[in-house]
Amino acid sequence: MAETKKISYGHELTKGILKENPVLRLVLGTCPTLATSTSVVNGVGMGIAATIVLVCSNIVISALRKVIPSKARIPAYIVVIASFVTMVQMLVKAFVPALDKSLGVFLPLIVVNCIILGRAEAFAGKNPVLASACDGLGMGIGFTAALFCMGTVREILGAGTFLSGIDTMIGSFVDLKGFTGFDFSEGLANIGLAPMTLFILPAGGFFVFGMLMALVNRLAEKKGKPKAALEGCKGCPHAAACAMCELPGEQTPEDPEKKEAATV
Amino acid sequence: MEENKTLYTVSASPHAKNSTGVTGVMLDVIIALLPAGIMGAVTFGLRALAVIGVCVGSAVLFEFLYTKIMKKPTTLGDLSAVVTGLLLAYNLPVGIPFWMCVIGSFAAIVVVKQFFGGLGQNFANPAITARIVLLVSFAGAMTAYPASVLPDAVTGATPLGVLGTLPAKEAAAQIGAWTANGELPTLTQMAFGIRGGCIGEVCGAALLLGGLYLLIRRVINWRIPVCYLGTVAVFMLIASGFDLTYTAYELLSGGLLLGAIFMATDYTTSPINKTGKLVFGIGCGLLTCVIRLYGSLPEGVSYSILLMNILTPLIEKATMPKYFGKTKKKKAKEGKAA
Repeated sequence: MAETKKISYGHELTKGILKENPVLRLVLGTCPTLATSTSVVNGVGMGIAATIVLVCSNIVISALRKVIPSKARIPAYIVVIASFVTMVQMLVKAFVPALDKSLGVFLPLIVVNCIILGRAEAFAGKNPVLASACDGLGMGIGFTAALFCMGTVREILGAGTFLSGIDTMIGSFVDLKGFTGFDFSEGLANIGLAPMTLFILPAGGFFVFGMLMALVNRLAEKKGKPKAALEGCKGCPHAAACAMCELPGEQTPEDPEKKEAATV
Repeated sequence: MEENKTLYTVSASPHAKNSTGVTGVMLDVIIALLPAGIMGAVTFGLRALAVIGVCVGSAVLFEFLYTKIMKKPTTLGDLSAVVTGLLLAYNLPVGIPFWMCVIGSFAAIVVVKQFFGGLGQNFANPAITARIVLLVSFAGAMTAYPASVLPDAVTGATPLGVLGTLPAKEAAAQIGAWTANGELPTLTQMAFGIRGGCIGEVCGAALLLGGLYLLIRRVINWRIPVCYLGTVAVFMLIASGFDLTYTAYELLSGGLLLGAIFMATDYTTSPINKTGKLVFGIGCGLLTCVIRLYGSLPEGVSYSILLMNILTPLIEKATMPKYFGKTKKKKAKEGKAA
């Protein structure tokens, strides 16, 4: 069906970076995002591992899309994804044991990462192999970029370091000449400042996440794209109980902003 | 004709109005907070006033800048930023670096209050949340309580820190020994603020005076503070084996009075219904006691108020008054059908 449509590989590759950024625009994969973005090196490591899985699983699922019966597609996708995750995990354990240690359970949990299953379901299951590979790579880069941004903010504000632990991650591949990341904490202490531990903790992670989402929404809005709206009060878990907004099920058609959000 | 028009104005209720606005209420709160601030300055010296000044100044500045940058009508006139700044300062130890005060004001005004839509829209108390942000971020600076500058003040840990070293019953038996060797202030010292702690929380008498003023001016309702303090009193009485001295220490220590009178009663973040207020106060009290006695933190007032703030919409929903004429029977039937 979709194969009759003309596919632009460039578009499939670049859409994941900003316009349809999996984390910041589609709000997928928030759990690994919040858990592993406490430092840049962790976040980027997670991003690369997920990207490899995403590209490989997209290719295989796309190639098998006519064989997989649609009623049993989810278990089939999971089997494909889990195989690649196992391979990636073994590779990481063998070559970058420090990353395996710091990511812990989140590395095997890539199996249930909603970005990967989401792309399999939304794209790879309906599109040809090359386009799916581009889509997977673009989404992976978008995921890694979001993790890099969050990791940067959280690590600098929360720990006063940047790229710390880089020697344990890529030291065995690249000669870093003794570089182990920047450490500002001493310099900060000299002028009487201290890093805010809050940003390393989950609460700070959510805060940075929200701020980045707002920023990316703003960037996308400038390009005329619709917002990733949570539909105002309806997105709030308290909506049913809250006295501030309308009761559930009641529509407010006179609110133009909501109407717009509903139609796009 | 003109006269008739004013006489027979047809409008929706409320019909009886007075001139009290947000500004009036906030002014009352500021007046009520003054004695505690003065006592804080007496207890801890002039730096307390500097901390209060920095907090209030930066809170007002952030409010001004935010409304300016977001092109919103300026809301400085309602004095709510001043109240938030004051409450934040009262929740900080006197030795805190000034830049941390500014970060606290930013968290309170910009993040907690304005990001959620400004005055009346915030889901949590700005000053409480800012205190928790600072406490989590800078645990060292936030828990370094310097001793009072007054003569014969007790040095060292805060009363709660001392009481928390033993389980409630053993601590109750130990109070006499602690006051004798100078580890714990006497109850009179506790009541008049000669103890370690945050700037605004030390003087119980001043806080009660402010609370009385607010009650008389009908700015706050008695339900939340009374339920809060009552629950803590009952819980502590039971936990300590009905030891009145221990209970009195628990009531006067930490930020309990400040929190119960000034922060749990925040209009925006506490229930409107009478029953809801009771539930809110009791919930705050229970959480405070549980954190104090069984948690790893010595003090739990700010966390308990924040948690109850978050529960407020649910309490409101559960305690919503029934429509006049709606019978219980009908309600039960509806419940079965659902």
